[in-house]
Amino acid sequence: MISKQFKRLAVSAAVAASLSAGIASAETIKIGVAGPHTGAYANFGVQLWQGATLAAEKINSNGGIDGKQIELVKGDDACEPKQALAVANRMVEVDGVAGVVGHFCSSSTLPASEIYEDAGVVMVTPGSTNPAVTDRGLSVVLRNTGRDDQQGIVAAEYIVNDLNAKRVAVIHDKDTYGQGLADAMKAHLNKIGTKEVLYEGLTRGEKDFNALVTKIKAADADVIYFGGLHSEAGPLVRQLREQGVDGTFFSGDGIVSEDLMPAAGGGKNVDGIMMTFGRDPRTFDEGKQVVAEFRAKGFEPEGYTLYAYSTVQAIAQGIDGADTTDGEKVAEWLKAHSAKTIMGERKWDAKGDLTRSDYAVYRWNQDGSYAKAN
Amino acid sequence: MDFHILFQQLVNGLTLGSVYGLIAVGYTMVYGIIGMINFAHGDIYMISAYLAAIFMALLFSFGLDSVPLVIVCTLMITMAITAVYGWSIEHVAYRPLRNSTRLAPLISAIGVSLILQNYAQISQGAGTQSVPTLIEGALRFGDDNAFFQITYMQMMIIAVSAVSMGALTFLIQRTAYGRKCRATQQDRTMASILGINTDFTISSVFVIGAIMAAIAGMLVTLTYGSFDFYVGFIVGIKAFTAAVLGGIGSLPGAMLGGLILGLSESLFSGFINTDYKDVFAFSILVLVMIFKPSGLLGKPLVEKV
Repeated sequence: MISKQFKRLAVSAAVAASLSAGIASAETIKIGVAGPHTGAYANFGVQLWQGATLAAEKINSNGGIDGKQIELVKGDDACEPKQALAVANRMVEVDGVAGVVGHFCSSSTLPASEIYEDAGVVMVTPGSTNPAVTDRGLSVVLRNTGRDDQQGIVAAEYIVNDLNAKRVAVIHDKDTYGQGLADAMKAHLNKIGTKEVLYEGLTRGEKDFNALVTKIKAADADVIYFGGLHSEAGPLVRQLREQGVDGTFFSGDGIVSEDLMPAAGGGKNVDGIMMTFGRDPRTFDEGKQVVAEFRAKGFEPEGYTLYAYSTVQAIAQGIDGADTTDGEKVAEWLKAHSAKTIMGERKWDAKGDLTRSDYAVYRWNQDGSYAKAN
Repeated sequence: MDFHILFQQLVNGLTLGSVYGLIAVGYTMVYGIIGMINFAHGDIYMISAYLAAIFMALLFSFGLDSVPLVIVCTLMITMAITAVYGWSIEHVAYRPLRNSTRLAPLISAIGVSLILQNYAQISQGAGTQSVPTLIEGALRFGDDNAFFQITYMQMMIIAVSAVSMGALTFLIQRTAYGRKCRATQQDRTMASILGINTDFTISSVFVIGAIMAAIAGMLVTLTYGSFDFYVGFIVGIKAFTAAVLGGIGSLPGAMLGGLILGLSESLFSGFINTDYKDVFAFSILVLVMIFKPSGLLGKPLVEKV
């Protein structure tokens, strides 16, 4: 009996100790960076982490948020919805974050955001473009990037009006982001009077798409639209070209990675790939210096690096402006005001979407760079 | 129906199936000899893909410029180093657990799989790695509008798979070493009483499995050109399925299972629907398991007393 009481005492002592540790570290403000830090899409995690780290360093050296230093917490969801839930719970309950940069894959962001909503922690995603992320009316969720329905419309218009395509094959990767994007494109394509010749889903993680490629070839497609990520887009392009399919390969912002070129089998296959992407974040005047700093460190701030940087800035300004870490108030403040970031001024509507969509069509070159096509 | 499309899908399926078969051998042999499923096998294949890319780059940078020579040298080196991986993993992760419960080595295998993935990710980076296309071109049949083709790489995959499977079957069925393997498989205690070094035999089976995975890794790297540290997972699951389909423990079964899986995937994908190709492939597995639980060529399990 006594030993039992002792045990209880020991437990409560431990709880007290951890509580005091929590108070001691309350001088910092923790911000979570949640995304695929490991797994097949880990290179996006690298982009997010690099961007967020430099942003936090910069803000800290300028005195932090209202005198408090930012401490980043890495949350690895590997683009797995189940793991995203675990990460979100840990962020909220163990780390006690004041805001979250993430998640990345829409399929992870959707379930995780429910947890942030319950806990009242502001979540700003730098990369999830699925409409449902903001359409569910969650009060703490903002999106620092565009939406797939905007992106899909831009793609469909370009395919019909500029490429004059008659036979469009629509391929997706059966994931929330990939299929969502493909569906958005397809919906607008049908609306403006073109019916796709093929609509199929491939399996994420595989490398052999030859059977599908033969089918695309038999369908005689002159544009192959793909909703998905670069790790599947690369081998798909390569096998298309190997089987002699020379239709235009068109995709979305999921392929913006320097890994696309090696995956596609080199420059000659990448040449001519089209994609929709927001305005290249490296072209903002506000971000010139940061881009130079990244390059000086030997890191090319491609893809989502600067999105993550800008998102950290937005969360910091939100906490500073609302003068609280209460997620709902921070989100409210951001929606009512705007954030000055290295990607220009970011303004949000009441739903948490950016007020301005800057999707454009890009064309890849043989050297792995991409430039605006329209 | 257009026959050139059918033929093209058969070629696609045959290539995919050969790769599955080569990797399935590793699962089936290990299961045959010690009754455990080596879940790290897919990652051995992943490691071999990295080794192949690294040594190909090294050999080219040393000034070797004959493509066939580089491929053969790289294959040899990759096979040797992957064999060392197979041998070491058996010694470190499975041998100490051989007399514990059946679940222990299985869990250990999953652990090894995670270690290998993370080791590759940390040491080689998370991004996609690639090798340039070394062998280009294809044989085309038919006219320009309706042709089917078999690329030289696909031919190489099918040929190398057939040769190595033949060699392996010969090794197991016709040589003194093969007799030792089969004896160890049937009754490990009796085999060791008769003077067979069963520990060595078991290690050697892991080495053979790893070598076959290395061949597959090298061929796939050359064919598809890109890989990452995660590439072993899906291929491993598919190859394991192929091994079970053909009858786990049976060598020809592994190859047959691989071919059935590859062909059914590509034919279903090509003529019905790509979304559901895995559903179809696994439905075949379920049906075979219901009507022939030991797999197509597997022997019914005899209860050991």
